[in-house]
Amino acid sequence: MNTLASATPVTARHRRPPGAALVAAGIVVLLAVIVLSFGIGPLKVAPLDVVRILFGRFGLADTDGLAAREIAVIWNLRVPRALLGALVGASLALAGAGLQGLFGNPLADPGVVGVSQGAALGAVGAISLGVTAFGEWTIPLAAFAGGIATTSLIYLLARPGQGTGTVTLLLVGIAIGAGCSAIIGFFTYRASVTQLQSLVFWQMGSLASAGWPAVAAVLPAFLIGLVGMLLLATPLDMLALGERQAQHIGLDVRRTRALLVLVSALLVGAAVAFAGTVGFVGLVVPHLVRMLVGPRHRWLLPLAALVGATLIVVADTAARTLSPPSEIPLGLFSAALGAPFFLWLVLRQKPGGAR
Amino acid sequence: MTQPLLTLDQVGYDVDGKVLVDAVSLAFLPGSFTALVGPNGAGKSTLLGLAAGDLKPSRGEVRLRGEPVSQWRIRPLARERAVMPQDHSVRFAFTIEEVVAMGRLPHPPNPPADEAIVQQAIATVDLVGLAGRDVQSLSGGESARTAYARVLAQQTPVVLLDEPTAALDLAHQETLLRSARSLTRNGGCVIAVLHDLNLAAAYADRIVVLQRGRVVADGTPRATLTGERIAAVYGQPVTVIEHPTRPIPLVVTI
Repeated sequence: MNTLASATPVTARHRRPPGAALVAAGIVVLLAVIVLSFGIGPLKVAPLDVVRILFGRFGLADTDGLAAREIAVIWNLRVPRALLGALVGASLALAGAGLQGLFGNPLADPGVVGVSQGAALGAVGAISLGVTAFGEWTIPLAAFAGGIATTSLIYLLARPGQGTGTVTLLLVGIAIGAGCSAIIGFFTYRASVTQLQSLVFWQMGSLASAGWPAVAAVLPAFLIGLVGMLLLATPLDMLALGERQAQHIGLDVRRTRALLVLVSALLVGAAVAFAGTVGFVGLVVPHLVRMLVGPRHRWLLPLAALVGATLIVVADTAARTLSPPSEIPLGLFSAALGAPFFLWLVLRQKPGGAR
Repeated sequence: MTQPLLTLDQVGYDVDGKVLVDAVSLAFLPGSFTALVGPNGAGKSTLLGLAAGDLKPSRGEVRLRGEPVSQWRIRPLARERAVMPQDHSVRFAFTIEEVVAMGRLPHPPNPPADEAIVQQAIATVDLVGLAGRDVQSLSGGESARTAYARVLAQQTPVVLLDEPTAALDLAHQETLLRSARSLTRNGGCVIAVLHDLNLAAAYADRIVVLQRGRVVADGTPRATLTGERIAAVYGQPVTVIEHPTRPIPLVVTI
């Protein structure tokens, strides 16, 4: 416990902002950002035309006078790309919130603790070894398996409340991330030229491969992960008291832990399978949202998903438009933003405690 | 004859071949306040952990309402017994109100009644003005009172308290133990690890003295807190005098 607090008088009881209103606002902002992103790029399309193209697709508006090229670019490239970005951002933010709850540590993030690298290893392994057993589901499933394996391993080595703190968690994360990267490097080394191109993409993190099949493959995993994580909102609150105390107030801690590992790995796997390792979203977003609405997961989780989705759509739009005709890989973008934030979080941690 | 709520039957607990608790048999009746006392390392917290169902006995059995604690499902168990541990740290910046409200989670939700119970518990520990405060910013004593309020909100017949007064000031020590004492009037069964023998004598109707994992005395404060026994168990000479204003023994070191 720290010392500065007890003397400070508290005048007003601070109330949390209304979560439902923020979620509604978050949905509006996300939809606006997605629709705006459709028009931005080397080929500019006015927002109204974008709306006409979208409605026209469903026969609700006529698209006469719009170039077929514009329609094709928007519908075949930008729409799936923005949707995939939103799904990836939401998945990573939800997984980050879940992992932070599981480890009782605000520094847990799929990238920092090595889960993303594990999922990437699964995916890279599948590509490189030419596994196609599950058709278009092969890569997501492999990423999911890699995610589960690494999350479980990290949990075994750095579980909370066993005298292991933040330092252990971060060190274990570094070790596992490095181990996975080494194997990924080995696969890259012996890859053929065609494989190489898709492998390099994992290390960078990018939405360049986005298309409708990717959206279709990620969506079910995301939806299962979203519902699963929302169902774990109250258990996540209880875990904040510590595992033993959570059990005292009626939580089946072992079952909750197993579910959290599964759901987080599913979400990370979904994100990594098609976007590679996009770091720090899972770290930054839950933290910001917690500062906004407090730590209760009932609102933290949906809001984190919305903010994560918005952030990635914005970042990816910037990544593909800032230096045309080439693209800045999205992962570099998120790392450039996330790394200073992570450093700030580490430095403001109180000594000795997982705060 | 009332049935005991909680029974320890020849309970033993070992860690790495070291015996921490050995052949402890105790029965706890409804409407009783038992203090577990003894020197550091006597096995008090371990015994409490065994009673709570956190630890699995190496030998013997812990029974709650006649059923082995290990057979209880986790949520019904949380409606029967609440535990205030020594470590009250909370991982994220929940408010006092939110933490105390978690004590209602084992019960079927009933918002207006739950809210009243939570506010009542916060008032009992004298934290009304701080209810919206982030628990990570609290002092040690305030955290302990928050944890106790959470235990109160759980409204269980069996209440296990591990050194509940360790971080509290003089007045709040008395407030907390008075509150714990009052739980026994509705048939509650309170078991508290206490270091202060005088607090134990003032509030408990039964004191169990532990030494090296074994029960060496069990009875009323007057019967258990004798000068010779305390000197023998703690290795500290004491004299036991009569409290100047209340009919309880008072232990004074010499």
